[in-house]
Amino acid sequence: MIDVEHLGKRYGRHQAVDDVSFTCPPGTITGFLGPNGAGKSTTLRMICALTRPSAGSSTVAGVPYRRLPNPARQVGVLLDAQAQHSGRTGRETLVLAARMTGLDRRRVDHLLELVGLTGAAVDRRVGGYSLGMRQRLGIAQALLGDPRILVLDEPVNGLDPEGILWMRRLLRDFADAGGTVLLSSHLLHEVEAVADRLVVISAGRIVARGAVDELLATAGVRVRAEDQAALRRVLAAAGIAHRPSPDGEALVAESGAQAVGRAAAAAGVVLLELRPAAGVEELFMALTAAGDSAKEAA
Amino acid sequence: MLWRLTTTELRKMVDTRAGLALLGVTELLALGIVAVQLLAGKPATWTFQAFFFGALTPLGVLLPVLGVLSVSSEWSQRTALTTFALVPRRERVLAAKVLAASALAALAVGAGALDATLGNLVAAARPHANGSWHVTEATFGAALLVMVLYVLLGVGFGTLLQSSPVAIVVYFVLPTAWTVAGRLVSWLHDWASWLDLSTTAEPLTRGAWPAGDGWERLAASVALWVGLPLALGLVRVLRSEVK
Repeated sequence: MIDVEHLGKRYGRHQAVDDVSFTCPPGTITGFLGPNGAGKSTTLRMICALTRPSAGSSTVAGVPYRRLPNPARQVGVLLDAQAQHSGRTGRETLVLAARMTGLDRRRVDHLLELVGLTGAAVDRRVGGYSLGMRQRLGIAQALLGDPRILVLDEPVNGLDPEGILWMRRLLRDFADAGGTVLLSSHLLHEVEAVADRLVVISAGRIVARGAVDELLATAGVRVRAEDQAALRRVLAAAGIAHRPSPDGEALVAESGAQAVGRAAAAAGVVLLELRPAAGVEELFMALTAAGDSAKEAA
Repeated sequence: MLWRLTTTELRKMVDTRAGLALLGVTELLALGIVAVQLLAGKPATWTFQAFFFGALTPLGVLLPVLGVLSVSSEWSQRTALTTFALVPRRERVLAAKVLAASALAALAVGAGALDATLGNLVAAARPHANGSWHVTEATFGAALLVMVLYVLLGVGFGTLLQSSPVAIVVYFVLPTAWTVAGRLVSWLHDWASWLDLSTTAEPLTRGAWPAGDGWERLAASVALWVGLPLALGLVRVLRSEVK
């Protein structure tokens, strides 16, 4: 459980994060989205007590991060896979973390294996690691204390396609076992594939938050029929507002798929396509563009 | 908790090639000084105490660099992000670094004693050697005190400046510049006798306790060169944003 309440961060005259509130319940993966510089990393650092908020507060597992007696046991944190000492080996990096947090050294070998760092790589210096290997090492470090909560900033950056699938499964299994995951990413398809819930920020403010399905439903459904003219009549008769889709080949109905499908079926109109009008990508573009114009208007 | 952090910090000083190389070079220099004393010094001056303080000279100059790095590398290598996420009470991490640096200083005194023992054993086999093993409590006490002070000076600079290259340069340049200025500029001279660590700690480097108001002078210079950087550095570390 992660609880963020009215977090704000001001640098001089620049409001980097403004009144951000959201909750990450156990058993879910929350995708934290926003354009570069929107305040994602600052928010994650505030949650982990690395940056002092100017306003608001946050708790992890019910207490402020700073008051966790041994944070690694509760929450695994990976904020920047590049922030590793280049002169230490991968194994040594984990051994230090295990020692600092009083964990059994045997977990180090177990985790190296779990994240797929094996063989000679383990005892090579991190300076020679690829970004993908550093991400794996960072994930191993985050999982070291067997936490119930994960906070990850751009965890799939630098991973190859096989690594991305591996990460997806790992996070899904973690959440399905009752864990809480908060992850930021600028790879929208990645977030769409893995997240149950979204928090979208733009220019430091939240522009949308909620379950992925519900957020996508607000964009309406795309519907295409054998006879488009008949479909328009049916929708109008059923009182369902609609407009042409951007590509002009279908309609976007401002309603749920069920209502549209029922209306078409009752009138005997054959549907060829009926699906959410927007993916996470379109939703993101629409939301963050709105945020930008709001900022300009202010 | 603090014990665990302290032993981890000690390990972090030697688990990189750079740290290990610095230790190795320092110890080689210490042995080198003992060798030079044996080759070039007069046999009458060959005593354990002379070899001991000879060996401690390079240790006292270079080990503070490890003290600097133990803090500054957290920023230069950006490991502070991990360290303070694992231990959000940052003052504990700093306390562990101070303790680890002090332990390193004690180990250095031990290494110096071994080097000096070696030197005096070699000397004893040569003709006309003094070969005295005479030591007093001040021999080890003063050596330990001055070594701890210099290593903590390094920790203080590293904590305050949060950058390895800047802190190392300042560590080598600033105290020396201050010493030179104190000798050259007459109106600084009185200040220097109180605030120049190399002057006030000089008796310690001979194995003697400070005499007269020497303790007060030592305390004043330690407050300026060790206490102040550590205190300001602590405030900076506690307040700064870790990225």
